[in-house]
This record gives sequence, C-alpha cells and structure tokens, in this order.
Amino acid sequence: MRVVIAEDGLIVREGIAGMLRHFGHEVVAAVGDAPALLAAVAAHRPDVVVTDVRMPPGYGDEGLQAAIALRAADPDLPVLVLSQYVEQTYAAELLDSGRSAGVGYLLKDRIGDVAEFVDALERVAAGRTVVDPEVVRQLLGRRRDPLGRLTPREREVLGLMAEGRSNTAIARTLVVSEAAVAKHIGSLLAKLDLPPDGDDHRRVRAVLAYLRG
Amino acid sequence: MPVRNALEALTMRPMRFLLSSWPWRSLAYLAGGALIGFATILATVALLAAGVVLSVLVIGVAGYLATVLSGVAVGRLERRRMRLVDRDALPDPHRHPGAPGLRAWLTCRLREQATWRELGYTMISALVLCWMDAAVVYAAVVVPGSLLFAPIYLYGETTLSVTVPMALLTPFALAVGAYPVTAWAGARAAMARALLAPRSDDSDAKLVELSRSRARLVDAFEVERRRIERDLHDGAQQRLVALSMQLGLARLELSDGSPAAVQVAAAQQLAKETLAELRELIRGVHPKVLTDRGLAAAVGDAAGHAPVPVDLDLRLVGRLPDPVEMTAYFVVVEALANVAKHSGASRAAVSAGMRAGRLVLDVRDDGRGGADPGRGTGLTGLADRVAAIDGTVALSSPPGGPTLLHVELPCGS
Repeated sequence: MRVVIAEDGLIVREGIAGMLRHFGHEVVAAVGDAPALLAAVAAHRPDVVVTDVRMPPGYGDEGLQAAIALRAADPDLPVLVLSQYVEQTYAAELLDSGRSAGVGYLLKDRIGDVAEFVDALERVAAGRTVVDPEVVRQLLGRRRDPLGRLTPREREVLGLMAEGRSNTAIARTLVVSEAAVAKHIGSLLAKLDLPPDGDDHRRVRAVLAYLRG
Repeated sequence: MPVRNALEALTMRPMRFLLSSWPWRSLAYLAGGALIGFATILATVALLAAGVVLSVLVIGVAGYLATVLSGVAVGRLERRRMRLVDRDALPDPHRHPGAPGLRAWLTCRLREQATWRELGYTMISALVLCWMDAAVVYAAVVVPGSLLFAPIYLYGETTLSVTVPMALLTPFALAVGAYPVTAWAGARAAMARALLAPRSDDSDAKLVELSRSRARLVDAFEVERRRIERDLHDGAQQRLVALSMQLGLARLELSDGSPAAVQVAAAQQLAKETLAELRELIRGVHPKVLTDRGLAAAVGDAAGHAPVPVDLDLRLVGRLPDPVEMTAYFVVVEALANVAKHSGASRAAVSAGMRAGRLVLDVRDDGRGGADPGRGTGLTGLADRVAAIDGTVALSSPPGGPTLLHVELPCGS
C-alpha cells in the first residue's frame, strides 16, 4: 500500500511510518499539517491516508476537516482518522463523508496495538469501515430501549459489526462458528427492523445510522 | 457605642454632649448650608438669566446646562461637608464616564438619575433649607449673643442688676440652643443623605463593573484551562502514544509468551491505562469538541459518556458566547455525574433551548431525589459557576424523586 501520513507530533509520525514500513507498506509522504496533507494527496495519489484530527495551524480539527475535504474531492479515497478523543460527533461527520470507500475512525491509543492497527488500516484501504470500539460503546450506551430486546450475545455481535468487523472476524473474536454469527446477525437485524444486507460496508452504515438515531 | 452622627449625638448624656464638638460642628454645618444656599440662588439666577439672554444664540443652552449641572457641584460639596455632622462618608453616586473628554462626561452625567436628584436637592436647599439654616443659626447666635452683650448695648437703658444676670444666663442659652441646632443639622444631613447617597440603580454601573471583573476571572480560568489542555495534548499525550507504539513494535520482535514479551505487554498495558486516564482528565479540563463544534455536540458526547442512558432534546442553533457554552457544558456534566453517583436513576434527560435571550437547561432523572446542595460540593460548585455569569439555578428534588435541575444563563454580550 502507498500511504500518506499526516500527524504533527514528530515522534508519533515517524513511529507510524516506521511501523508501516516494517509491515511492507510504502509511506509516500509524512507531513505535519493539513495544507501539506492536501498537497501530498494531490501529488502522490496514495492508496490510503492516515491523519490526526488536531493539527497546525489552528490545533482545532483541521485533520478531520482535511479528511472530509479529501473525501468530498475523491469519494473513493480511503481515509483513517486518528484522534486523541473519540467523540461521536467527529465520527458521524466522517462517516457521512465520501461515498462507499473505506473510512476509519480510531482512538490514537490503538496505534500501540501495532498488528491490529495495521490490520485496521488495511481494512480501510480495502474499502471497509472501521469504527473505534469506544465510539460504538458510546453509541450503544445512548439507545437502550430497542437494544434491550437483544440478547447479550447479540449486543456483542452488534458492537463488533458497528466497529466494522466482518463475519469471519466476529466469529474469531467471539470464538464461535461463522454460521452462528450469521444467525445472530439475522436475528438482531430483524429485532431492530434493519434490512438484511450481504454487503459488509452497507451493513455497518445501517447499524451505525441506527445507533446514531 | 460610638456616636456616628448629629442625631445620635442628641442621645448622649447632656454634659458630655454640651462639651463635645457636635453642637459646634452642627452650627458650622448649618452656617455653611446657608451660605451655599444663598450662593446657589445667586448663581442659578445669574445662569438662568444668562440662558434667557443668550437663548437667541445657541450657547444659551450652556446656561441651562450649567444650571442643571450645578447640582453635581453642590452635591459633591454637600457630601464632603456632611462629614462635619456624620462620620459615615457618603460614596459618590456617579459613574465613571468611561471615556475622556467633556462630551462623554456630560452625556454620562445627564443620563444619571443621581444628577437629577442632586439638582432636586440643590433646589430644595436653595428655596427652603438654606433659609431655615439661616434662621436656626441666627437664633442660635443672636439669642446667646444678645444676652452676653446685654450689659454693653443696654448700658444706660437698663440697670446692671438686670443686664448682668442676663449675661450670666448666656451659658444656659447656649446649652438650650445646642439641642435644636444639632437636631436640625442632623435632620438636614439625613435629608441630604437620602437624596445624595448612591441608590441601587446608580450602583448598577458598579455591579456591572464587578460582574465584569468576575467574568474576566472566569475568562482567565478558561484561557488557562485551554493552555493546560493543549500542553497535555502536545506533550504528555503524544509521548505516551509514542511510548505505547514503541512497546508495540518491541513486542513484534519478541517471541510470543517469552518472559520479555510478557513484561513488555504489561508495560504497554500500563501506558494504555495512563493514556485513558489522561484523556478523561483532559476532557474534564477542557472538552475539545465544545470548542470545535459547540454546546449541542459537546452535550451529546457528554451524554454518550454518561453511565446512565440520557435522552437529549437540544434545540440550539448556532454558537453561544464562550462562557455560556462552557458553563452550560459543565452544568450538564456535573449534573449527569450527580445522577450517576447519587440518584440511582435508570435514565436521565437533558433539554436545552433559548427563551427570551436566555439559555434554559433542564436536567432531570427518575432517581430517588433528595438532592441536597448543602451536602456535596457538586451542586454548590455548579451554582457558583452559574452565578459567575449571572445565571440562575433551581433545584427540585423531593425525597423519592424525581430530580429536576433548572438552569438559566443570560446570553447577552
């Protein structure tokens, strides 16, 4: 994969770059602010972008705005946004941007789980949606009534779906068969009045849209 | 009890009163009052006449203006003079004009109620009070004086056997006169005080100034919080992320299950927990989403973090002033924390909306009620924060619940 990294902290930026190289990916640009990110993406046409939310010059949410702008310009560009604070608001704005290409929103801490982080980035690059478990936890905490009808197992499955996991990954995480996962998913989608959908990405969107109310 | 003014002096024991300076000060006060009164009459007549004469020209207005403003000068003099018969200094009821220059001063003074009260006082004292002052002073001086000097000016007309005892009566006349003089001086000073003292509506300006300085303090705290938040974000948080990442990379090099791998994994876990704690700390210091996205988004996220499910009904359009957003946010966070800690509620609801230029916030829960602001510091701290920007807090929490916290915050600039 050809990756563009935007992150203002030098140690973290170089760390991510080193880590991705370690896994055999090509870091075509590693920049420290939002304008440089936009320029680097225009110049290198990367397979995936990793960006921090908060960057110079304003130290606000320039990274997020840049990600949204990039996806508005090229709806198929996969973008993974990292944030020190995972907030539903930011996640919602990001998930609403672009068309169907991969999009990810993760807490910055997740970088520490190197293998998982690289896996998440690869999933985003492959066009999937990745949502931080923390966001999903917040979303699940918000709507209780219809969710109360779900069994504990179904809630677990719903959470993992909302994070953007595939059936295979969910089965592996919960140590159950894929058939069992498919059964739980069918059951919980029916309880929540969501249409069954084979497409993972559309399914994640539907679940997130539901959770966001 | 120490005697504070002329009226209180009347209640002193007679000998102490007569030997004190109060009667003399009262006399001086009244004499001054009479003189100022007469001077005012002359000045006013002259100014008005000048105004009438000059009114053919525009500058005639200046004569009238000066008449009106003569009250300000008289008021100022009166407040100083009053110290003779009243130990409590009278504060200046006027505001600071706010800008330099005569024009600003004039505009400020003419808009103040205090100016017009002073004019009223000046008129009353010129038309009525100064004559009475004069009469009292005259009586107080002439009666003892005529007794004292009777042996001289009645010499030849009346025998000394009559006039000398008259002269000897002078101390008694003085003693008797001291009471009405002091009483009148005290009464007059009380009248002057009533008219010339600052009233609550005059002190509005000072209250505004006071709450502005309080608001400045709140702003200063706010700036400091932002600085702390940024320092933590750029410093400790970045380094912890980097540390966690380095440990993660180190784990890749170690074979799974080796003692070193276990140690590194434990170290990484510690780094992660520290990051999580730091994140919560920073959220408490200054929530980023509030600055970036405003109150509705921040309250939505705060509700997401609350352990109790929260129904939101936020009718907010656009951004509110920073201190209002900050205060409202902390009200919600604190209230939701209280709900989680004390209420035993199974759900809470937050509603917010604008009503007549005020942000109205309601936080309710279905818990056991009985919230007592006296017990915890949470509600008191909340009330303090709200009061700092002139908002109001009302709490209804009967035992058995439900609890409703109602907060209104003015949003004017």
